[in-house]
Amino acid sequence: MTLGLINANPVVHAKKERVARTEDPHGDDAVDPLEIYDILLLILILLDIRDPEHPYSLEQLSVLSEESITVDEKLGRILITFTPTIQHCSMATVIGLCLRVKLKECFPPHFKVDIKVAPGSHADEESVNKLLNDKERVAAALENPNLRQLVDECLYSNEL
Amino acid sequence: MAEPSQLSQYIESFVDSSHSPGQQAASLEAIASLLKNNQLTIETLVREMEGYLTTVDNVIRSRGILLLGEVLVHLASKPLDDATVHSLIAFFTDRLADWRALRGALVGCLALMRRKSSGGMVSGTDAKAVAESYLQNLQVQSLGQYDRKLCFELMECLLERYPNVVASLGETLICGICESVDGEKDPHCLMLTFHIIEVLSRLFPDPSGALADVADGLFEILGCYFPIHFTHPKGEDVNIKRDDLARALMLAFSSTPLFEPYAIPLLLDKLSSSLPSAKLDSLRYLSDCTVKYGVDRIEKHVEAIWSSLKEVIFTSPESDLSFTSESLEGLDIPKNGIAAEALSLLQKLIVQNTKLSLDLIVGDEDINTIFNMISSYKNYHEIPSEIKQRLHAVGRILSTTAKASQVSCNRVFECFFGRLMDILRLSARNSSGQPDSDESILISKICNHGALYLSIQLLSACRDLIASSETILAASSHTEETWKSLLQSFSPSLTMAFCSAFICSSEDTHDADMYFGVKGLLVLATFPGGYLLISKTVFEKILVTFVSIVIMDHGKILLWKLALKALMQIGSFIERYHDLEKEPSYMGIVIEKIVSLASAGDISIPFPLRLEALSDIGTSGRSYMLKVVQGLEDAIYANLNEVHGSTNSAEIVTHLLRCYSDKMIPWMRCAKGFEEVLLQFAINIWNQIESSMVFSASQTNERGVLDALIKTMKLAVASYSEEKQTIIVQRSYNILLSTISFPSEELFQQERFQTAEVDNSSGRDEWVLSLFAAVIIAVHPQTHIPNTRAIISLFMTTLLKGNVAAAQALGSMVNKLDLKSTGGQTSSDCTLEEAIDIILKSSLWIFQKNNSSNIQAKITSVHDTGLNNLCNGVGSCTSLQIHAIVGFAWIGKGLLMRGHEKVKDMTMIFLQCLQSSGRANVSNQEKGVSENNYELDLHHSVMKSAADAFQILMGDSEQCLNREFHAVIRPLYKQRFFSTIMPLLQSLVMKLEPLSRRFVFRASAHIIIDTPLVVVLSDSKKIIPMLLDGLSALSNDVADKDVIYGLLLVFTGILMDKNGQEAVSDSAHTIVNCLIDLIQYPHMMLVRETALQCLVAVSRLSHARIYPMRTQVLRAVVKALEDPKRAVRREAVRCRQAWASIA
Repeated sequence: MTLGLINANPVVHAKKERVARTEDPHGDDAVDPLEIYDILLLILILLDIRDPEHPYSLEQLSVLSEESITVDEKLGRILITFTPTIQHCSMATVIGLCLRVKLKECFPPHFKVDIKVAPGSHADEESVNKLLNDKERVAAALENPNLRQLVDECLYSNEL
Repeated sequence: MAEPSQLSQYIESFVDSSHSPGQQAASLEAIASLLKNNQLTIETLVREMEGYLTTVDNVIRSRGILLLGEVLVHLASKPLDDATVHSLIAFFTDRLADWRALRGALVGCLALMRRKSSGGMVSGTDAKAVAESYLQNLQVQSLGQYDRKLCFELMECLLERYPNVVASLGETLICGICESVDGEKDPHCLMLTFHIIEVLSRLFPDPSGALADVADGLFEILGCYFPIHFTHPKGEDVNIKRDDLARALMLAFSSTPLFEPYAIPLLLDKLSSSLPSAKLDSLRYLSDCTVKYGVDRIEKHVEAIWSSLKEVIFTSPESDLSFTSESLEGLDIPKNGIAAEALSLLQKLIVQNTKLSLDLIVGDEDINTIFNMISSYKNYHEIPSEIKQRLHAVGRILSTTAKASQVSCNRVFECFFGRLMDILRLSARNSSGQPDSDESILISKICNHGALYLSIQLLSACRDLIASSETILAASSHTEETWKSLLQSFSPSLTMAFCSAFICSSEDTHDADMYFGVKGLLVLATFPGGYLLISKTVFEKILVTFVSIVIMDHGKILLWKLALKALMQIGSFIERYHDLEKEPSYMGIVIEKIVSLASAGDISIPFPLRLEALSDIGTSGRSYMLKVVQGLEDAIYANLNEVHGSTNSAEIVTHLLRCYSDKMIPWMRCAKGFEEVLLQFAINIWNQIESSMVFSASQTNERGVLDALIKTMKLAVASYSEEKQTIIVQRSYNILLSTISFPSEELFQQERFQTAEVDNSSGRDEWVLSLFAAVIIAVHPQTHIPNTRAIISLFMTTLLKGNVAAAQALGSMVNKLDLKSTGGQTSSDCTLEEAIDIILKSSLWIFQKNNSSNIQAKITSVHDTGLNNLCNGVGSCTSLQIHAIVGFAWIGKGLLMRGHEKVKDMTMIFLQCLQSSGRANVSNQEKGVSENNYELDLHHSVMKSAADAFQILMGDSEQCLNREFHAVIRPLYKQRFFSTIMPLLQSLVMKLEPLSRRFVFRASAHIIIDTPLVVVLSDSKKIIPMLLDGLSALSNDVADKDVIYGLLLVFTGILMDKNGQEAVSDSAHTIVNCLIDLIQYPHMMLVRETALQCLVAVSRLSHARIYPMRTQVLRAVVKALEDPKRAVRREAVRCRQAWASIA
């Protein structure tokens, strides 16, 4: 899958200072946006390697940020809103699919995950949202061997 | 003589290319050894080979010549007569023309040329013939890589061993070499090539000689290699690195001044390259060339070099200055390699072309601009970062310049120091004069930090210059040096300026301000040469300033640390230069104040900071340490007297003692010669104990004092020599005698010695006993201990009261006692055997009320059946039993470490204890249930302490029985114990009922954890079942969590090892089950995390073994995704992926 030069001049955002988390040896660690962000960032960096046109990490491109993730641990819900770099980004569905698979692996099944593109950031916003949150279409997409391979590469290629 | 047929067979097998390389090498060896053992002469060999050497078949001829050459390589050390050498070299010289059989000729020539003079060398004429033939016949660049290498080696050898002979060839030689090296690309050959050119240039030093004409051509060949661009793939040619090549090329570059017109422009050109390695290389080459080409040649380039250098220094990326106390000394060392290299080149340039380069620096536009610019910024942090960078660059340049030589120092001071003083608005005055108060206020307002920074750079450079050349100090001639008079006149006002930098701007102080202030004062204070340069008033003022900061300003942590560090450095500076003039001031102002910190109670500064100041100042010099230790000791004695009743002084004395034992004693042990001080300290403590009557160990704070005192005593005594130890042992023994009535021998013979009721001893007794135990723990094995028998008995009674120090002392004694009795022994001394007898046969261990059994019976019948032992007792004696077990554990450890066999008896006791309660349970079943439960608990605590005894036995203790306290340690004692005890424990597990098994598992877990992993690995097949049973048996009780963790770590070690993995895969199913249980282990997060890591490791075992468990594991791991701890969740994700991917 090649992006070509569909977005040759992306807007670059500053990297955010990471606050080192102080580990509390006794209390319990609740699931918080930062944890999810850390997990997801790993995929984003990988997606990034696949995209030599943009030598910036997707964090710098502001595809995902800590603020765009909300967690409700009691109800077991995670909502992720990501922002494709341009309106017609063809990678949006792939990014969404990767996020979904990764979260499915990293969190117990009782969490309900919603993934959305940020309002107004994509030309085909509604259909992308629908696609990403439709259980059956996601399952079908993952049965497509080409797509599956692409997603797996994104998720695991750093572990080989 | 060897059989001719055999010889020809060898030759045939070497020459015949159908034979394997191994066979060829073997036959070569065989021929060479024949020659070496004089069973064959070279002449015979040559005759025999005649056919091969002269045949028209190219392949056979080349093999034949190669054989001859290789044989000569083997004979490098065998003497040969001149005629043989001559005829051989003539042959090979001739053969150099034979390009089809060249290799043999090259090998042969090289072997002969390299011969040592002792065994017949090639003569000069022959060498010349070789060189001529070489130049005439060899087309080096058309040969293969290995042949080229041989050619270059031959040429290198000719140049190095026969320089005069080959030099006579003149231009032919130079041209020939040029031709042969042109276009070489192989790294090995290049190393040789560069060296050849280097040697060649040395052969023709004449500026109008043969080399001069072709220098440009030669440099053209050489210059295209610079900068070395080395992209050789990894794996081949590992022995040559880029740096080696770069170095060889550098030596070739700088080999002759004739290269100067070509080299310097090239290097300057490459200096502006954007490649950091090229920059670095250019600077290094320039440095080397500057030194080697000489003043005259470099002179015309100085200006160009300076401007390039300035560019490099100004633009080198530089991290901000750090303002921590660590960087107080050595501010101006750039971390950047390029800048450092540039500065070192600058220094060389200044040393060589002093006048010219100084003119350039002094007149430099950029430097002057900076000087103009800094006056417009008041505070360091206001300066924009790019100007800051340039400022630092200027600082470095000036500092390097001033450091280069006397002359340059003078010049820099002349031109710049005055300007700086103007910017700072400081006035010169008589060195004895005090600036009046008006002026100091003025200073505080207009303090300019850029100028301060530059002044510090200049001053410290000047100081380093003086410090590096001792002679300047001695000579009084330097009175007329400009820098000196400037320094003398400005030092008082400079001091004011530095002080004001951190004092007056208190409402808005930045790190930089404080740092510059302290650094400036430090530099001023550390000028060598007594009060010659810096007057006494100035020096003392600086000291007073620092000391007052240390005493008053503990609120500003950075300033406090900086000041303390500065004082330390001044102290060590005075010590290093034996500055007799400054020392009294330092002693009087600094040391006395600091020492008073130990005792004075009215100062607000917190105690830990006081102690930090004390120990830091003390460790900066021997004479200071003496004073500081004195002060510290006085404070300890004073407070020790008031310990009883005063919580405050108890706390203080604990702090003091910790400081003494943690900081002072280690330093004094390293710096020899403090033994007397330490001995005096210990003796004084004992005296104090003797004279004072009120101590108790019951209150917690006094307990703390006692523990600190024990530790200090142990460390102090351990650092003595044997004679000193004997003194202190004797002294403490006397005090012990006067304090405590020894339990008499008869007492031990009595049937029942009611230790439980003998607890009428006072707190003071416990102090004396514990301290005495501390002394005993720390002594050398050779140190004489008086009245050993009585002391052993005394310790035995004491340990039953729960005094661990006594148990440890007993262990140490048993560990160090002589095996055989020495000659001059009195009746009170005893050997190890006797000591063990005393311990084991003592009736002390009989303390059951019902007296149903006794230890004596147990010991005497230790190998019999039906043992009753000390741990069989019930009821009130449980605590006694536990104390006894702990005592036995330490004694056992002492024995175990020296490898004594009686340790078996000790372990038997513990094993009996582990079994006993099971039996007791049965026997007590008829009793009431409630009572039974109570007893059960007691039993369990006894069994637990028996299990933990194994931890004492195997673990490394910091408190006693280690190298520091001179224990006798037999190598591999842990391994030995491990292999004897594990089978016993394994069989014990079988015999016991589940409840008691837990303690056996705990015991074996202690042993497994403390045994070196290699040993466990070699036995892993047997250990793994035990380990797994242990993991599951112990996982219910919170108290066992550390043991579980330790076991899991051992298990991780097994899983990571190759042999371990084989052992593991047999019982994979059980292991996975066990680990799955531990994923949910509620008491410790680390256990859950490690269990998951182990599971990941298990997933790498053979597929067939683990696949059946896959679903089970995945199901379990999903649960771990909900773990309350983040780290565990993260591991769970990894584990899940690992197991999901084995499908």
